[in-house]
Amino acid sequence: MTTYVLRRLAGAVPLILGIATIIFFLVNLAPGDPTLLLIAPGVTDEVVQQMRENFGLDQPVHIRYVRWMAAMLTGDFGYSFSHSRPVIDVIADFLPNTLLLTVCALAIAFVFGIVLGTIQAVRQYSAMDSVLSVVLLFFYSMPSFWLALMLILTLSLSARNLWEWPIWFPASGMNSVDYDYLSLAGRIMDRARHLVLPTLSLSLVLTAGIARYMRGSMLEVIRQDFVRTAQAKGLPERVVVFKHALRNALIPIITLVGLYIPVLFSGTVFIELIFAWPGMGRTLVDAIFTRDYPLVMAGTFFFACMVVAANLVADVLYAVVDPRIRYD
Amino acid sequence: MALGIWAGMLGVLITRPSRVQVALGGAWDEKLAVFTLFVGLLVSWLWSWWDVRRTVTPGRVGVSQWDLAVIAFSRNRTAVAGLIVVVALYLVALVTPLIAPHGPNVQYDLVTMRLVGLSAEHPLGTDQFARDVLSRLLYGARISLTIGFVAVGISVSIGTLLGSVAGFFGGVVDGVIMRFVDMVISFPRLVLLITIIAIFEPSIFLIIAVLGLTLWPSTARIVRGEVLSLREREFVQAAEALGYPKRRIIFRHLVPNALAPVIVAATLGIGNTIVLEAGLSFLGLGVQPPTASWGTMVAAGRNNLLDAWWLSTFPGLAIVFTVLSFNLVGDGLRDALDPRLRS
Repeated sequence: MTTYVLRRLAGAVPLILGIATIIFFLVNLAPGDPTLLLIAPGVTDEVVQQMRENFGLDQPVHIRYVRWMAAMLTGDFGYSFSHSRPVIDVIADFLPNTLLLTVCALAIAFVFGIVLGTIQAVRQYSAMDSVLSVVLLFFYSMPSFWLALMLILTLSLSARNLWEWPIWFPASGMNSVDYDYLSLAGRIMDRARHLVLPTLSLSLVLTAGIARYMRGSMLEVIRQDFVRTAQAKGLPERVVVFKHALRNALIPIITLVGLYIPVLFSGTVFIELIFAWPGMGRTLVDAIFTRDYPLVMAGTFFFACMVVAANLVADVLYAVVDPRIRYD
Repeated sequence: MALGIWAGMLGVLITRPSRVQVALGGAWDEKLAVFTLFVGLLVSWLWSWWDVRRTVTPGRVGVSQWDLAVIAFSRNRTAVAGLIVVVALYLVALVTPLIAPHGPNVQYDLVTMRLVGLSAEHPLGTDQFARDVLSRLLYGARISLTIGFVAVGISVSIGTLLGSVAGFFGGVVDGVIMRFVDMVISFPRLVLLITIIAIFEPSIFLIIAVLGLTLWPSTARIVRGEVLSLREREFVQAAEALGYPKRRIIFRHLVPNALAPVIVAATLGIGNTIVLEAGLSFLGLGVQPPTASWGTMVAAGRNNLLDAWWLSTFPGLAIVFTVLSFNLVGDGLRDALDPRLRS
């Protein structure tokens, strides 16, 4: 088991280095000069040259690559042009917000996906199965940004004023205006209310995917002999499903974690943009548009590392849950 | 289905003859539309002839894997419905210059006609520049369907090539290719797309190329898995014993047998690509305005979301139904091609 984990870890290291190299060369071989975005039009060439030297942009590409890699391995990610702060500070500010959103969306997606998939499999061929199949396929085919806009159209404050119905959720930002004056419980409630719409639009598409997969996996497990034995033994259906069948059906779902995390991060870009959520996705897109190379490189690198880490965790969990994998 | 195509094409020809005549001298896409019209009429008529006159040929030795898959697919009603919608979408996209009620960029009176709701003249309303939403929707279908198809075509070609080479040769070649595949898969695809497209200016060619180049790793993985399991079979050993060059073994023997999951992945990939292209256009990195694309329409409707809800709703619904039908076809193909699920 430990050799399996160590081998996976050892394989991840060159992967991360390779990712960093790809990112660097992708970003830096682009046409366009970022210093031109930061200067007033009338400055002299010496000033521009001085700025380039300040940002280290006057060196040839391979020297910049070596220096960047060396700095990155010691933890120094450079200085962000557009935020005028070290990149680490920028990421430390925005990454926790994205993680909050992502973890909530992942949790909801997995819980609801597993529950719905199990219901579909246990009650196969019933009306609920057909209805759920249609609804889930509908949500699976939806772009998340459109779902976000439709949710704003129906559930935001302006929608409540327009269509006149009772509930509404805030459609932008992380905190209300009076956040600082609320008690702790009030703050948690406020944060939760702001989380509802973004999490819903991020997780509904994922829920549909997981539910479909879970249904297939559960159907395969239910047909097996040990389930029939458990039923023949006279165990209540609840025990058969939750204690015996579900655990075996969950095994392929674990690999889904690794597969869906990049999708989740892609989705956060749109959701943070639409809901004005101060997170890493929106910061990254802004950085790309303003050609802020250090922030782009560091942000993309962090995203890719989180994906690799999630895959690693998924692999280890897979080995924990399924003993057949351990002796690979 | 042939009857539907024939009736549709004839309907277009009958109801708008003047438009067809104008189109004959118009731009190349209008000529393509007229061409499709007549080809559609001819093909559906000939098909119904062939269908009626076909007899069951006696003495067929056996049915092939693909025949079995076709029979299984045609028994799955939702999959067939999805296929009909997909074919109808492509036909409508080809014939759009003839059937769209207005042009995609034609602006009406900006004072009176902007942001008009659903009406008889403009069935889906007008946008903030007084352009008809329905026509823009139809023209946007062309962009989305083309980009989806070509990008997935590119990715399937590259992925099959590299995956089969990696699976067949094994060893160092396999290691190198799979490391590269792992690296590309580890990126969130959208972040990579945004980075590349924002840095090099957006154009349709770049979008198609980048969408294709970020999708091939998953195809390569699938093909490699299939080739690895097929490589030990007797027919490959027989081909090697006969002294066939490796190139022939890979392309004539291994790849056709590995194609089944690739077809499924490609179909589902087209749906995925359409959603991604819409997302890129939403961010402003896709096709540039004034070209109509579903993503740009949704983005443009965002400012007037509560006043003019039809601007964002209908393009999104179009995306959902298109991707839905591709997903139905993909699911049907997977059920039809998977030997384990057949009774």
